[in-house]
Amino acid sequence: MIPRIHEVFSRQELRDSKKRPVVAITGIGVITALGAGVSENWRALIAGRSGLRRITRFPTDGLKSNVAGTVDYIVPAPASSVSRSVAMAIEAASEAIVQARIGSPGRFPGPLFVATPPAELEWAHLLQLYGVNNGSGSTGYSQLLTAGRSGRWSHLRSTLRFASPAEILAVRFGTQGQPVTLCTACASGTSSIQLGMEAIRRGAAQSALCIGADGTVHPEGMIRFSLLSALSTHNDPPEKASRPFARDRNGFVIAEGAGALVLENYSVARARGARILGIVSGCGEKADDYHRTRSRPDGTAMIGAVQNALDDAAVEPEEIDYINAHGTGTPENDRMEHLSLRAVLGDRLDRTPISSNKSMIGHTLIAAGAVEAVFSLMTIGTGTLPPTINHDVPDPEIELDVVPNVKREGKVRNVLSNSFGFGGQNVCAVFAAEPQ
Amino acid sequence: MTAMPMTNGGGGREVWVTGIGLLSSLGEGLEAHWTQLGGDTQLAPSPVIEAARFAPYPVHPMVALDLNRQIPRRSDQRQMEAWQHIGVYAAGLALDDAGIKGDAALSSNTHLVVAAGSGERDTEVDERILELAKACGEGDLPANEILPSALRPTLFLAQLSNLLAGNVSIVHNVTASSRTFMGEEMAGIAAIENAVRRVASGQVAVVLAGGALNAERNDLLLNFELGSMLWSRPYRATWERSDEGGGFVPGSIGAFLVLEARDHAEARGARPHARITGVLSDRSDRTFGAAASSGSRLITRLVRPGDLAGLAVLSGASGVEPVTGDELGLLTSDALGSIRPPIRAYGTALGHGVEAHFPAGVALAALALSKGAFYPPLDAAGIECPTLAKPDRILVTGFGHWRGEGVALLEEIV
Repeated sequence: MIPRIHEVFSRQELRDSKKRPVVAITGIGVITALGAGVSENWRALIAGRSGLRRITRFPTDGLKSNVAGTVDYIVPAPASSVSRSVAMAIEAASEAIVQARIGSPGRFPGPLFVATPPAELEWAHLLQLYGVNNGSGSTGYSQLLTAGRSGRWSHLRSTLRFASPAEILAVRFGTQGQPVTLCTACASGTSSIQLGMEAIRRGAAQSALCIGADGTVHPEGMIRFSLLSALSTHNDPPEKASRPFARDRNGFVIAEGAGALVLENYSVARARGARILGIVSGCGEKADDYHRTRSRPDGTAMIGAVQNALDDAAVEPEEIDYINAHGTGTPENDRMEHLSLRAVLGDRLDRTPISSNKSMIGHTLIAAGAVEAVFSLMTIGTGTLPPTINHDVPDPEIELDVVPNVKREGKVRNVLSNSFGFGGQNVCAVFAAEPQ
Repeated sequence: MTAMPMTNGGGGREVWVTGIGLLSSLGEGLEAHWTQLGGDTQLAPSPVIEAARFAPYPVHPMVALDLNRQIPRRSDQRQMEAWQHIGVYAAGLALDDAGIKGDAALSSNTHLVVAAGSGERDTEVDERILELAKACGEGDLPANEILPSALRPTLFLAQLSNLLAGNVSIVHNVTASSRTFMGEEMAGIAAIENAVRRVASGQVAVVLAGGALNAERNDLLLNFELGSMLWSRPYRATWERSDEGGGFVPGSIGAFLVLEARDHAEARGARPHARITGVLSDRSDRTFGAAASSGSRLITRLVRPGDLAGLAVLSGASGVEPVTGDELGLLTSDALGSIRPPIRAYGTALGHGVEAHFPAGVALAALALSKGAFYPPLDAAGIECPTLAKPDRILVTGFGHWRGEGVALLEEIV
């Protein structure tokens, strides 16, 4: 009997130091306020250019913050945060799959793990439903439900089903099995990569499509974060709104985008002649039990996530050459991120450059981990460290080499990428260059 | 995703259910559910229905909870809406049952997997804003004038899907990791599947997994009614709605399980309810017959066709057609063998719990196996046949009302 492909590979499969299959990345795709595609984004990112701009999608008068990293060149119909997210996810995933040259058109040979924003009615929808004069004379939700029962609004259902974005993507790319939709807030993108990595390590899959997408710049989204005092109020000029690690930082800038990665069993990818962009050498998590929006003051959970990621990847702190920061630009996050990294990396941190892509693209929330994974791999591949821009006033309490304002060249083998979510979900990943 | 089941001999670690937290319209905890479902008497239970409050939609309302018993701090209670109260409460029951609650080291090493949908909106605020907008006349909502004064930050936190998990961590100190899955019924299946696979592969030792649904919400009803998924006639059992087009009756449910590696459970002397020998899922395109074919493939990977002795089925059928009819056709056909295993659509009694539905089914399966008996028929139409045979395996099915198929097999621990 002829052995099946994975049986052949299982005999000569490259394993990591913990005897698990090595997980490679063979395709990346990205879309942000800086543009569509890896090349365009990377050029802007290493040039230190900001993609943040004044919001024009809806009136912002009266709001304390009016800057965002909107992706305005994709206008899906009907417009909703879900349809924007799906459109961006398709763009990013298409780019990643084309680069990976994997499967055949419409047939991706592995599962899909996707992080998308909440499926919910937006005010425009509620107002439409409420404005229907159905003669019932009812008000409130009774009126909305009466309109809903008419069946005339069934086109909104794709906006309301969490399974919808994953279904659209699964059909489009022909992924295998039940697609998995997940949310760990601002760590979601990294979680999607972690789930793909785990499936390949377990031998349950030889490849995985991992996507994070977010298109939620809408009035209620802005107001919600504004009420939590989480958004930057440095509105003028817009490109200076995001100031991670700077003393005068006062919040993050909400942004849209998508990142997609094709993960593969390293040996299978090599055998088919795929170009290896890098390795997911490990992921680590730790949840916070302190507060819904604040981390435990001693940093236990963030420290745990960083330490667990290093442990899972079996790398020592001194092997980390560069850190892709969560670096949101909120006073709390950046202080705690520094504290946590100091606790794990110690003095080594003084010689470890760290920069925040969010200084230029803003905080793409659900997508952030996937978007920043793409840029982490570009950093490994090109040896160029993108800067943290708007770093005019360093924070004396944050002693970090943030690659201020101007890119830098350097040899990078291992990158630590941090993602810390509202709600206490912390996930960190270690990406590495292809094994020599 | 699909993968080989890690049944006995599959090389994986055995996965035990060592804790169950179950809340519904029928009551709080395992004994209440066993009694209310007629486990001892074999008398069909009377479903608890709220017919008036959300008419024309019947719902199964949550039993009254004394939140102080599982969420001791008032400040925590205030930061959550009912959906999160139910979930955090059920999670606490599961941890109590497993003997984990209060053990700081073990809690900190327990992983969390939650199935969630949209968080809850403050419907009163929505209604106020809609009226204000209407008074302003046609056109856009003057959002920036109205929303900032109407929305509360804490409410926003109640709306975030991942905040049920966040609150479970805060209240019960379960912090090893925290993942939230979405996708309606598939969220629950993905949560159980992910937890079981991580335990079976040796990646982790203990996982708290589950979900919650607050059915008593106009915003939830609106979301599902826009898809024409709700049953809006007087209550009927799940199998008995097809001649009127079908539909689901939402049920408030909280269902959490502690899933633990056998060696870990034995080392700490934990008492198991049952073992999970396999969880599988897949996606069909729901063209004619596709859901049944997909379900059939999954089931026959867990249960050898013809080998149905001692098997019982807890169906997660929602009542939405045509998938409910497709599932019933499959379960009562010869596809699985000539012996018909007893089938119970547990949603008839609990209502449909959407994200929490599959975890609730797994919980009821583990409960029945630990009791050494099955539930009486839940319908009046005779589709579900009585049985006095003791089940030693229970198959739990989860056919999503729109997408996704999943199954789990649980076995008695002798």
